[in-house]
Parts: sequence; structure tokens; C-alpha cells
Amino acid sequence: MTYTTQSQIPALAGVGYKPQHLKDIQADSGSVKWLEIHAENYMMDGGPPIAQLRHLRDQFPISCHGVGLSIGGELPLDVNHLARLKKLVDWLQPGLFSEHLAWSTHDNGFLNDLLPLPYNAASVTRVANHVDQLQNAIGRQMLLENPSAYVAFTATTMDEIDFLTEIVKRTGCGLLLDVNNVFVSGTNQEYSPEEYIERFPVEHIGELHLGGHAVDSDDHGAPLLIDSHDHPVVDPVWELYDRVLARTGPLPTLVEWDNDIPDWAVLESEARHATAALGRAT
Amino acid sequence: MKLSDFAPALLDSAKPTPDGVVDPQGRPAGKRFDVYRNNVVHSLSEALTAAYPVVEKLVGPKFFKAMANVFVRQFPPRSPLMFLFAPELPSFLESFPPVANLPYLPDVARLELYRRQAYNAADALPIDGAVLAVASPEQLMGARLTLHPTMRILQSNYPVFSIWQNNSETAQVILPSGGQDILIARPEAELQMRTLPAGGADFLKALQDNQPLAQAAEIGAKTDGFDLTENIGGILASQILIKTTLEGI
Repeated sequence: MTYTTQSQIPALAGVGYKPQHLKDIQADSGSVKWLEIHAENYMMDGGPPIAQLRHLRDQFPISCHGVGLSIGGELPLDVNHLARLKKLVDWLQPGLFSEHLAWSTHDNGFLNDLLPLPYNAASVTRVANHVDQLQNAIGRQMLLENPSAYVAFTATTMDEIDFLTEIVKRTGCGLLLDVNNVFVSGTNQEYSPEEYIERFPVEHIGELHLGGHAVDSDDHGAPLLIDSHDHPVVDPVWELYDRVLARTGPLPTLVEWDNDIPDWAVLESEARHATAALGRAT
Repeated sequence: MKLSDFAPALLDSAKPTPDGVVDPQGRPAGKRFDVYRNNVVHSLSEALTAAYPVVEKLVGPKFFKAMANVFVRQFPPRSPLMFLFAPELPSFLESFPPVANLPYLPDVARLELYRRQAYNAADALPIDGAVLAVASPEQLMGARLTLHPTMRILQSNYPVFSIWQNNSETAQVILPSGGQDILIARPEAELQMRTLPAGGADFLKALQDNQPLAQAAEIGAKTDGFDLTENIGGILASQILIKTTLEGI
């Protein structure tokens, strides 16, 4: 089946929605023109979060970001979870739907983290089947997000861009390019983030992510960046973002901040920074 | 490398870094793999803290974190719906030796669990009680009352509602002696909690099991001091009545 990208999300700045910002957002959302929610936070039977979201979607374009399907996992996808995603997408009608090239569930349960996988012929087939299954379940195109990774695998035989390109070719999915993840993985895996951006199949990008990371080092003293979403976006990531926009023109851009969540003004100023870059790209 | 080697090592720090997980130069990943171990245990511990803030306050953040390190390895989430995480904590605390001197702690955890369940349960509109007032005594005693889907009942040998109040952002209360039966519900947007009078918990549970009012009253009356009028008044005051078989009378 083929799906067309029908984004109702404007090529402007959005942020990851946090309930503690609700009042500020409704008073004055500033440069924030759309919101992204994590699908799994809205799968309960009822209650205030769902009521809030029903209200918010009348005021803002909403994008839906899944964090729990485990598309990169070795286990079959959880059909109950696919049904929950369909139910949410059916009533919310989000402007975009995205999930991760990562896994989170195995025999010992749900591990609440986005875990890495080796890239090879077997995993490309598995991931493509999972993406097909998801797109069939929700009846629309998904965007697949490039991950942050801290380790490499001896079982890897393909590079990430070839892997993502192959998934797009086999499934017709789109891509979510997380620019911070490019910087984090490039540093951790010792490849050039700039070259990655130059090679990326930008024609398939439906959304960009920006976020902050933490800095650590590995056993040998090499820098090890952690995708912690608890800091402002750093300058080298803003520069990479400009490089992406130079290739693509303006695209919906989300600032993620999931831990040590700051005051609304801090998050809004990150969105303003993105808005300025988007303005320069037009 | 199979993910079936990767996954168990995340929760068991005694297991070595899985074979085939390396740094970009092909050396064993070591600390790089530990980032995932830390992320998993840290994020689950944070989720546990968010789910059980009053338990954390009672034992202190340092103790809670150490306990969380044990708990999350033993009971990782069974689903990606993190709002359901850790229903096992109350029973875990019952058999966790370091908290044996805090016998009320498991019920405080149960109260926090029931609050979270009530918060996320299906919405339903409460009805007013006028229909009960106009029914004849016979009609009333034969009626079945449908109570709110968010309703939870906790029966404790300890005054856990008062303990909860004294350790959350509410006014301080004098701790009563003896146990408390507690009604937790979310009739509209806000969670409501109140202590139940004698026999009230059994009465509400019988109604929840779809017993007619007369039978539920009999069950309630097994406890000395049960007062049916007071308990029906409590149902109305708590806004947990959503339907009755009296409609149309």
C-alpha cells in the first residue's frame, strides 16, 4: 500500500507538550505553533489528560510520537498496542505520526528506553515488516526517527543512512530526522555529522527534532554524548540544523525537553531560535 | 549478538556486556553499554517515584532510590503504558524486610495506586439523588445502583488516609488510632477521597458487585453501627452514583 504525506503540521516550530506548561501555552504560546504528544501517555480509559488533549487539539495542530512500540525489536509487535495506537490516531487525527528506529520490549518486559539494534539484512527485513504492520494498522504513513546510539555492533553490515533508505523504499514510510541524534551518534560512533546530513535522503523528511544532550566520556576518555533531553540545544546542533534547512527549506521542527523540564519561557525561547532559523531558510 | 542477550544484561549488572556490543573501534563497549543500564534503571526509578510520592516522603528519597533499584529489576513494566507501572509495589513492600517496621507502608502505597487508577479510569457523569428521594421504600430496597467506574475502596488496619494527608500538600490532621476505610473516586476532573463510616466499605463493594440495595444493606449491617441513611447520603455527597434501576419510576 502507498501512503501520501498529508501533514497538517506547519513548517514552523513546535514543542513536546508537558502538562505543567498548559496555562502558559494557553495564555500565550509565543513562537510555538504546534505541539507533539507521546502516544503512550494518552492510552488510558479516561481522565484529565485525555480531556486536556481533546481541548488542546482544537487550539493547536498536534503531532503524535510513539515511544513504546519496539519497532526495532526481535519480538513480533504487540497487536494490543497496535490496536491502542489505531484507537488514538482515529480520534486524535494527528497531523503527523512518528516512531523510533529502536526497541524497548523484550522477554523481560518493557524497558522504558530506546535501545539500539545492529543494521544488517535480517534487521532491515524485520523493521520493514514492522513498519508495514504499523502503517496498515493505523491506515496512514508513519515517520521513522533516526536514533541516538552509544554502542556499535559487530553484527552491523549497513550504515544507518542505507538502512533508513532501504526501509523507506520497502514501506513508503517517511523519516523524522532528529538533528541532535545525528550529533550524538556521530560523536559517539566517530563519523562526521555534517557528512551524514549531506547524504541523508532529505526528500523523505516529514519532521525535524531538536533537543539537548549531556556530555560524558567512555572507558578510553573519548567523548560520549547522552541523549538526555534535559538541556538547551547546543550551538553545533543549531549549525547542523541550518545545514539541513539549507537542503530542505522549512520543515516542521520540534524542540524536545523531557527531563528537568524548564519554565515555559526557556522552552519557548528554544522554539524562537528554531523559528529564526526557519525564517532564514525560506 | 541477539537482543535476547542485550535485554537481560540491562537489568542484571552481574551479567557481562553482551558479545558483539562494541565501541566504534571494535573494543568491548564497557561503559558505553552501562549508559543503557543506567538509563533503564534510572528512568524506571523516576517513574516509580512519580507514582508513589507519599511512600517516598515517608521513607526518604535516599532509601526510596535504593529500594527502587531492587524493585525495578524484579518487576520491570509489563507494558509500554507507564501509567500502569508498578502495581506490585504494595505487595512488594509487605515482604521487603527493611520496611518491616513500617507496617502501614503497603497500604499507603495501595492508596497511591488506587488514586492513580481512579485518575485514569473511564469517565462517567454522576446523577443527582432526586430519583432516590421519590421512590417508595420497597422500590428503593429492590433497586440496583451503578457506582462510578473510577471508584476504589481501600480497607486498612492503619489510619492511612490521615497518614497520606499529613504527607501531601494538604492541611495537617491529628492521627486517629485504629484503621480507616477509604473511598477514592474521580467523579469529574478532581480526585476525591473520604473515610467511610462503619460497614460502608462492605456496603459499597456489594453495590459495586451489582447487589440490590437491600442485600448490600444487609452486608453493611454485619458491622456494628452501620447506618443505611448515612451511607446513602455518602454516595450522593461523593457524587459516585451514575445510574439506578429506578429511572422511569
